[in-house]
Amino acid sequence: MSSPSRPAADNADDATAPADSDKLTMSMVQAINSALDCTMAADPTVLVMGQDVGFFGGVFRCTEGLYDKYGPHRALDTPITEGGIVAAAIGMGVNGLRPVVEMQFADYIYPAIDQIISELARLRHRSGGEYFAPVTIRAPCGGGIRGGQTHSQSPEGIFTHVCGLKTVMPSSPYDAKGLLISAIEDDDPVMFFEPKRIYNGPFHGHDNNGGSGSWSEHPLGQVPAGHYRIPLGKAATIRAGSQVTVLAYGTMVHVAAAAIRASGIDAELLDLRSLLPLDIEAVAESVQKTGRCVIIHEATRTSGYGAELVAEVQENCFWQLRAPIERVTGWDTPYPHAFEWEYFPSQRRIIEALQRTLAYH
Amino acid sequence: MPTPTAGPAGAFASKLYVPTGSSRPGETPDFSALKLVSETGSFQPATDCEAGDTVPLARGLVRVLDDQGEAGGPWQPELSDEQLLQGLRHMLHVRAYDDRMFRMQRQGQLSFYIKSTGEEAVAVAQGMALRGGDMLFPAYRQQGLLFVRGRDVVDMMCHCISNARDNCKGRQMPVFYTWKDGNFFSISGNLATQYSQAVGWAMASAYKGEDHIATTWVGDGSTAEADVHNAMLFAATYRAPVILNIVNNQWAISTPQAFAATGTTFAARALGYNIPGIRVDGNDFLAVYAVTEWAALRARQGLGPTVIELLTYRVAGHSTSDNPDAYRAQGEGDAWPLGDPVTRLKQHLIGRGVWSEQQQQELEAELKQSITDAWKQALSHGSLEDGPHWPVATMFDDVFQHMPAHLLRQRQQLEDET
Ligand SMILES: Cc1ncc(C[n+]2csc(CCOP(=O)(O)OP(=O)(O)O)c2C)c(N)n1
Repeated sequence: MSSPSRPAADNADDATAPADSDKLTMSMVQAINSALDCTMAADPTVLVMGQDVGFFGGVFRCTEGLYDKYGPHRALDTPITEGGIVAAAIGMGVNGLRPVVEMQFADYIYPAIDQIISELARLRHRSGGEYFAPVTIRAPCGGGIRGGQTHSQSPEGIFTHVCGLKTVMPSSPYDAKGLLISAIEDDDPVMFFEPKRIYNGPFHGHDNNGGSGSWSEHPLGQVPAGHYRIPLGKAATIRAGSQVTVLAYGTMVHVAAAAIRASGIDAELLDLRSLLPLDIEAVAESVQKTGRCVIIHEATRTSGYGAELVAEVQENCFWQLRAPIERVTGWDTPYPHAFEWEYFPSQRRIIEALQRTLAYH
Repeated sequence: MPTPTAGPAGAFASKLYVPTGSSRPGETPDFSALKLVSETGSFQPATDCEAGDTVPLARGLVRVLDDQGEAGGPWQPELSDEQLLQGLRHMLHVRAYDDRMFRMQRQGQLSFYIKSTGEEAVAVAQGMALRGGDMLFPAYRQQGLLFVRGRDVVDMMCHCISNARDNCKGRQMPVFYTWKDGNFFSISGNLATQYSQAVGWAMASAYKGEDHIATTWVGDGSTAEADVHNAMLFAATYRAPVILNIVNNQWAISTPQAFAATGTTFAARALGYNIPGIRVDGNDFLAVYAVTEWAALRARQGLGPTVIELLTYRVAGHSTSDNPDAYRAQGEGDAWPLGDPVTRLKQHLIGRGVWSEQQQQELEAELKQSITDAWKQALSHGSLEDGPHWPVATMFDDVFQHMPAHLLRQRQQLEDET
């Protein structure tokens, strides 16, 4: 039997506006932990599973304390077999549970790719709507921690290309918690990517490894203690502006914000938060207003998610566009250990793209 | 659907079985689940044996050295004093290297490091039992193979700090070595992928009518990956000349071996694929050498694969990124029943009358000094933080054999900016 369907989190506007007094200072790791704790406390069908998530609390500490609180059955350590983990999660989901799978690094999703793409994503469709598996797959993604090519990847674009998956990437503790709760409560499978470079603080993209603040000094590090949702498919306006629209998500939201500040350009910055479903209304409204668009992501460029955004913006805003759409992305090479700061879309590359865009009249 | 009831595991009265480990912090280590049945004095099968003949070896434990360092039994290899002393030297060299690199990581000079402390006999004895033309498909904890094959330690260090002399050109994390001249395959960060690739290499060797064999290593945790099962199936199907090693060092980061062993031995996995399986005391240099030599002979005779489980213990943390005291009893390693591979070989050599504590100390001091000298030399080619590194634009090389236009454009863009 399947678990009872819930109201789709997408449509819920219930960021149940908790009182300020309920707010705690959290890092993104703590906010994710809090989202897991809230959903596990509320719903016995929710469990977390993956390599080292149980006793150890996860190599990035996202599941810390859940083992003590909920026991080894609900903070479930697993063998090292990503395909096996996802397949088991599908079966558990079909049998009424809501597994939240942790992939130790986004780079290690690939051994599970067949189960995700051919099975998890299509189960509802192929069974004529009879079966579904409400599985959430969490994975730390992105570079900036000297992880080399197999601990730094940003594979989100691969999954937005797959029909039947939702794909989310938060950029702050506040969003991480609200979005993760929505993802877990959603009856569709969700790929939930966590940019590990900003697990412990925002990152402004300075070349000298610096520029990292602490979430405790950031408004979005103030996180409600209890349950709240941020709907999947709604972008956030980080900064309103008139001259150009900047689209970003994950770590790059912070780098883009810093670049915009440094450039003195009056740019509007949207954090997409959810790549699929995409908040095309918010994107179109902004680009129609500014007439210009710069897209930023850390993932490699060719056939990346930015290409999809370019197409959407072009289709929706063609008559308002006053300049070619720009993309600032990682290079089309595997992620290098020694050259992270040259690989990342840097503030300077973003500023140059903004200036090129504005040079069109 | 089960009826929700209140309970510590949540609202269900769960009947799920979840394995436990040899210890968690505060507990007393318990290795009784390992079934350390010593097969010393038992048999060595003929190389053309049936897989079924190896059942007692797959479930038991091949040893040559006893707890006092005395050698005995049918697996005693013919190794000269010089070879044994060489083995001891390699193990001590690896240990000195690991210690130094670990400390350098703590000082911020490396981004990451992985020690092999306590399991040096695996790579060193196995490396010595193979021939130079045999191909190695290691995981990330077999640095000993590089010492046996004579890789320049300065080159290893230069790789680990991604400087201008790093043969990986600044692209790989530390310890993900590659060394074509030594027939040492480029290490992947994705666990176990090399395992089935090694089988393919061995199939090609057989296809070409050559005598070279392939050898590959995987950790106990990584045996869960499908690639390991793929490897066994292909190796058995085509009788590929390959040695499939499973290094059972008890832990996969915080996860006990029980999460992949399922209560049996890893060597016993082989039997279902009709491959001979042997479990060996991985801290017994002589036994590891002998079993590997036997498996290599089998492979060279065209008799196919062997699975070897090397029972050992990961003394240090998984890597520089974890603290093992957070997930296993402090000092669990001291309770490890099979001792330390270096100490056991040293004891044996002293017993043979060809070595002394004094010589041991002198050798340790000598190797420590040579590692210090190598480190200074490595730094003279650049450090991770300050360089010199390879030129940044070389990042675009080697993505393809010839650089396509889009990469040429991106490289130009990068160069214009810097
Ligand atoms: C496909 C894949 N999944 C997960 C990881 C993360 N990871 C790196 S090492 C490791 C533990 C491996 O344990 P084991 O195979 O027992 O080898 P050991 O470290 O004990 O030598 C894990 C889970 C990875 N590198 N690749």
